[in-house]
Amino acid sequence: MNEATIKTLTILAGTGKGGEEEPISELTIQAGECLAVVGPTGSGKSELLADIEQFARGDTLSRRRVLINGTMPDLTTNCNGMVAQLSQKTGFIMDGTVRDFIQMHALSKDRNRSDIVDRVLALTNSLCGEPVLPEVRLQVLSGGQSRALMIADIACISDAAIVLIDEIENAGIDKLKALAALAASSKLIVLSTHDPILTLMATKRTVMKQGAMSSIHATSTEEAQCLEQLRTVDALLGSAREGLRNGEQLSVAAISR
Amino acid sequence: MKIITVAGTPCAGKTAVIAHLARLYMKEGVKVAVAKFDALATGDDEFYRRELGIPAIKGLSDYVCPDHYYVSNLEEVHGWGKQQGAEFLFIETAGLCFRCAPHVKGVPALTVIDNLGGLDAPEKMGPALSLADAVVVTKSDMVSQAEKEVFGYRIRQVNPEAEIVRINGLTGTGAVLLKRIVDSWPEVREISETELRYSMPASICSYCTGEMRVGKPYQSGNVKKIQTH
Repeated sequence: MNEATIKTLTILAGTGKGGEEEPISELTIQAGECLAVVGPTGSGKSELLADIEQFARGDTLSRRRVLINGTMPDLTTNCNGMVAQLSQKTGFIMDGTVRDFIQMHALSKDRNRSDIVDRVLALTNSLCGEPVLPEVRLQVLSGGQSRALMIADIACISDAAIVLIDEIENAGIDKLKALAALAASSKLIVLSTHDPILTLMATKRTVMKQGAMSSIHATSTEEAQCLEQLRTVDALLGSAREGLRNGEQLSVAAISR
Repeated sequence: MKIITVAGTPCAGKTAVIAHLARLYMKEGVKVAVAKFDALATGDDEFYRRELGIPAIKGLSDYVCPDHYYVSNLEEVHGWGKQQGAEFLFIETAGLCFRCAPHVKGVPALTVIDNLGGLDAPEKMGPALSLADAVVVTKSDMVSQAEKEVFGYRIRQVNPEAEIVRINGLTGTGAVLLKRIVDSWPEVREISETELRYSMPASICSYCTGEMRVGKPYQSGNVKKIQTH
């Protein structure tokens, strides 16, 4: 099974931290959709992601069950191969050039087409301000460059149908474009986040409380309008960050525009 | 009794993986015991007794080849496990030289390797990896998805048959995946008369009997020389 064959992911309720029945009994996500998982620290976001990563079948702490295309996957189905993770790592442990790295990964996935390096780097460079060149060594990439390359690589080469993201932080990448790029490769995305913009970018969100999925919300039309305004605020914050980073002085006039 | 032999690189997390798996079985009421083989010292048996409250025994090979010591004591360890009333016995070996594998035909075999050892690590591990029934990869949270996938591919090249399972040794995420595989493995009735999956190296030279000096005059018995021309 890969991204061509996984159409839906369903989570069937388990129990919360106190052993009580989970309020949301069933939650389904379609390929190309993004589910945001929100809630305070310790509310069970990571556990929900771990249940998906392990294709829980009532055998994890939460007792949840995960269905693929409406049915429980075979015991022999290797979910490790179907779930990609974008962790908080912002560097590679491997050494070598960006080109070798991309080609090596593509080879392992039998996707070593002649344009693969160009495709991955085109996407990488659309996510990140400082361009990544194929001859550069992985170890000299900045946090933002590494992160952008990791995301582009998952979108272009990994055949995992499900992508789990534990917060895309502001490591100098365009997080909105990153999310769109992953969704465009018809992957199914589950994103744990505290960021209101990413939350509203998702098709829907589940709110975690006491280890349980307590409610589901679809992003409403009004929220979509809020999203516009929040993006303006985010852009303002972004330009202030850039300015300060580049040694500029901020002015009241510039930030009230 | 269920028996699993566990091999793996030093510090890959063999003990953590066993502990997570053991806890899952203990929750189902299964009686678990662990035998730990090591070369000079280990506190792992103490760890299992203290943290899991299960019977644990250690065997230190000291001046004997660790692999020879291990295979010479398999029957004894099996007998010890039966004595403890164990329904599940883990036989954990130390990260040894990887010339050998502790794995035995008919006894389910697990090898643990971490993602940080470099992409050539699977190839260097020899029969311990190539003859395992399942390979557990740890520390995957430390690397990118691409590095994880390439590492998995390299393991697959060395051992095309084994199941590959990723486990986070700190949180235990992934342990249920391993348990599903282990559940399907058969019980082991008798360990006597079974056979190693890979032969152990010949020795019996002067160094086997405690010789420490370097140089031809001090070498006798089964001595193999490097080709330098």
